Amino acid sequence: MNEMEKIIGIEKIETGIEGFDMISEGGLPKGRTTLIAGTSGSAKTVFAVQFLSEGIIKKEESGVFVTFEEPPDDIRKNVISLGWDVAKWEEEGKWAFVDASPVVGEDHVIVGEYDLGALLARIEYAVNKIGARRISMDSIGSIFARFTDPGLVRNELFKIAAVVKQMNVTAIITAERTEEHGAIARFGIEEFVADNVIILRNVLEAEKRRRTMEILKFRGTSHQKGEYPFTVIKNAGIVAIPLSGIELKQRSSTVRISSGNADLDKMCGGGFFRDSIILVSGATGCGKTMLSAGFAAEAAKNNQKALILAFEESREQLFRNATGWGIDFEQMENEGTLKVVCRYPEAEGLEDHLILIKSIIREFKPHRVIVDSLSALERVSTIRGFREFVIALTSFIKHQEVAGLFTSTTGELMGGTSVTEAHISTITDTIILLRYVEMFGEMRRGITALKMRGSMHDKDIREFNIDGEGMHIGKSFSNVTGILSGHPVFSAPEEIDRVKELFK
Amino acid sequence: MNKFKLRLYITGKTPRSERAISNLQEICERDLKDLYDLQIIDVLESPQLAENEKILATPTLIKDLPPPLRRIIGDLSNSEKVLLGLDLSPVTDVIKGKENKP
Repeated sequence: MNEMEKIIGIEKIETGIEGFDMISEGGLPKGRTTLIAGTSGSAKTVFAVQFLSEGIIKKEESGVFVTFEEPPDDIRKNVISLGWDVAKWEEEGKWAFVDASPVVGEDHVIVGEYDLGALLARIEYAVNKIGARRISMDSIGSIFARFTDPGLVRNELFKIAAVVKQMNVTAIITAERTEEHGAIARFGIEEFVADNVIILRNVLEAEKRRRTMEILKFRGTSHQKGEYPFTVIKNAGIVAIPLSGIELKQRSSTVRISSGNADLDKMCGGGFFRDSIILVSGATGCGKTMLSAGFAAEAAKNNQKALILAFEESREQLFRNATGWGIDFEQMENEGTLKVVCRYPEAEGLEDHLILIKSIIREFKPHRVIVDSLSALERVSTIRGFREFVIALTSFIKHQEVAGLFTSTTGELMGGTSVTEAHISTITDTIILLRYVEMFGEMRRGITALKMRGSMHDKDIREFNIDGEGMHIGKSFSNVTGILSGHPVFSAPEEIDRVKELFK
Repeated sequence: MNKFKLRLYITGKTPRSERAISNLQEICERDLKDLYDLQIIDVLESPQLAENEKILATPTLIKDLPPPLRRIIGDLSNSEKVLLGLDLSPVTDVIKGKENKP
């Protein structure tokens, strides 16, 4: 046992790249070289720059950037928008470039044997000069184009990786791939820095670009498997969304909060739980937004904060409609109990929406979050991307210990379910269905609490109507069956009694 | 003829470095006579010079003068190619002379 304890496994260093440290279970293997492979435009350079930047910002670790492709000045300019002032770090001795980019108009002839000893000497010199703990080399493919003997270049890069290991510096090397699903990298690079391989992808899926990262291998240490979505955003760089890293360990409270409607509270056995996810499903125009508005207004009444993320209606529309139900959003916003964020679903990718939502929640710290509607977001994504989004969002909301109310629009007017529900019904704690019921030439509205985790609830489908004060829930449709399937059938009261008798 | 200004970058005193130096000196003595100025720079001793000059491979020979600037990489084992790389023509005459012999 003592023998075992002496052998220390592979240590990792936290990169500081949001989400990545969770996927990699602690960061990159310390003192080793990791290959980052990806097609053109897959954010390899951003990853390489961010690895050093986060080291400087979060860990006070300086870094050396070896650039084989872009001149240093281009890199300095390109990453300014991501919030990284490389020139300033260079002055402070935290960042050093080793410029191995091609010199324009300066060709060379090769006569006889050579090696890349000068490059290695320059890297060593730069590392020692600023006491670097991190090295990024970007991107290795271009050096193969400049020196004709790939075997020699491979061998030299292997030497560099070995020296890096000796200096106990953690390094990443980026390499080009020609296709998304094929050889790891060109020129067989993975064979000599094969300890650790990460693949960045930028796949066109149903006319939308989807970025993912995958840790293919970490020799001798663990990591999460599979592809994880990520995005590149202003002032932050790469933000990965670690799905399997999400843990089901949120606390759950037994404290009840009001839905904003006394009748609905009664149906739910006394209100929603404080940190639960509530899904309100219904066809267009049957009262979902109204229910959400009431839910938000209830927060204000208790001097709590609500956040409305609207993806279907503009601010003006929402405010006007709320007035129609006797709710003054404007006053609530002035008092600071409400924040309404309206965005076009198409404005950004789902990953960007998620990160934006997260940052708003962190900043505003609401007690209730309303997303109206989830179905609108579904339009802009692939099914898989949407599922990941919903899981990540619900998990985040639950961890903040706030109540989340999502609305979902069903495709059919009567009955039916939406794709949204199929993805998220298991994650939600409460499902409220709003349905149209056609009765004797009239459209009426029905409401039912389909599911209420951890609580007794009313199983009836009740009729409700909407007026200037909001929603009023009435009696159950006791003599109608087939409402949820969209084919209401009227039965005589005697028949219902007879069936009830049978099941007693 | 203008004076040649040459710099040779090497990494340490390896056999390859020595070979490059002796090959170059031989070419200079034979073809450039006194018309050259040669500086030998060891990258291990002056890494900053290599950084400024963006040297990756060693040995690298740089011809600063006369223009145009030229870079020749390798141990310079083929003197004809080196002279071509330096934009020197005498070699071609030698070759032609040989070819013309019956």
